Amino acid sequence: MTEVFEKVKEIIVEQLDVDEADVTMEASFRDDLDADSLDVVELVMELEDEFDIEIADEEAEKINTVGDAVSYIANNQ
Amino acid sequence: MLQGKIALVTGSSRGIGRAIALELAKQGANIAVNYAGSEDKAEEVVQEIKALGVEAIKIKANVANEDDVKAMIKEVTKTFGALHILVNNAGITRDNLLMRMKVEDFDDVIETNLKGAFLCTKTVTRQMMKQKEGRIINIASIVGVSGNPGQANYVAAKAGMIGLTKSTAKELASRNILVNAIAPGFITTDMTDILTEEQKEAMLATIPLEKLGEPEDIANVVTFLASDKSKYITGQTIHVDGGMVM
Repeated sequence: MTEVFEKVKEIIVEQLDVDEADVTMEASFRDDLDADSLDVVELVMELEDEFDIEIADEEAEKINTVGDAVSYIANNQ
Repeated sequence: MLQGKIALVTGSSRGIGRAIALELAKQGANIAVNYAGSEDKAEEVVQEIKALGVEAIKIKANVANEDDVKAMIKEVTKTFGALHILVNNAGITRDNLLMRMKVEDFDDVIETNLKGAFLCTKTVTRQMMKQKEGRIINIASIVGVSGNPGQANYVAAKAGMIGLTKSTAKELASRNILVNAIAPGFITTDMTDILTEEQKEAMLATIPLEKLGEPEDIANVVTFLASDKSKYITGQTIHVDGGMVM
């Protein structure tokens, strides 16, 4: 889980141009990390590529926090 | 002008689509020729394009079918490694007075003409966002702007395409994906060949330039919109109609 978190954090820092310190499991993409809906879509695409998984639209829509992303990936690798 | 670019033109086995595919090829783009039924004609177009010195493939897909569209886009990106230009040209007519129009005829025209454009746009967006580059050109119609008796379904779909163009343009602008529409007037193709002499005369009376347009007139504007020369234009509907509707 921590390995996944570290990788996800790296991608978020790069994609959303935020400080590593702000990327906590509870952080909401929109409220805490200042991402708009297109940013989140791109982020999900980036995670799909990095972890070689496909995240269906209905599932992607439920990913609102860093923790959501980490859990999904950890459960679907 | 379009050296090394990859373009997908839906409904390009005949008419305006074919002219668009050929002109983009002349400018150096590699082309995916989409067709729904006219396989032989699509193959002819592919051969004509290859003779111009670029690559071309034909792909059968019903643009109103999500799975077909996904498979089509996958094939384009697999074959060419990229997709820079999408031309939503596939369209059908099922003309009738509104009170006589069958519900299936309304649905079919909306499905192919409007939903098809939506599905293709949705499916290419991912690739274009990754590229941080893309051009989407929707072939609407002048009747989508002015209306036309006997074409409630077609007009509704084309007007819808104009709205879709604006929304898509606003959503994707930040990712350098430019989206515009062209509203052709009366262009000499299969679709207008079936009109009677009387109908053609009536039309010409409304056209300041006093003649029907040619598929190349549309293809030239598509080429401009697909190129770097139009990099400050997005969300627009360009009328190519001899001045018919201003």
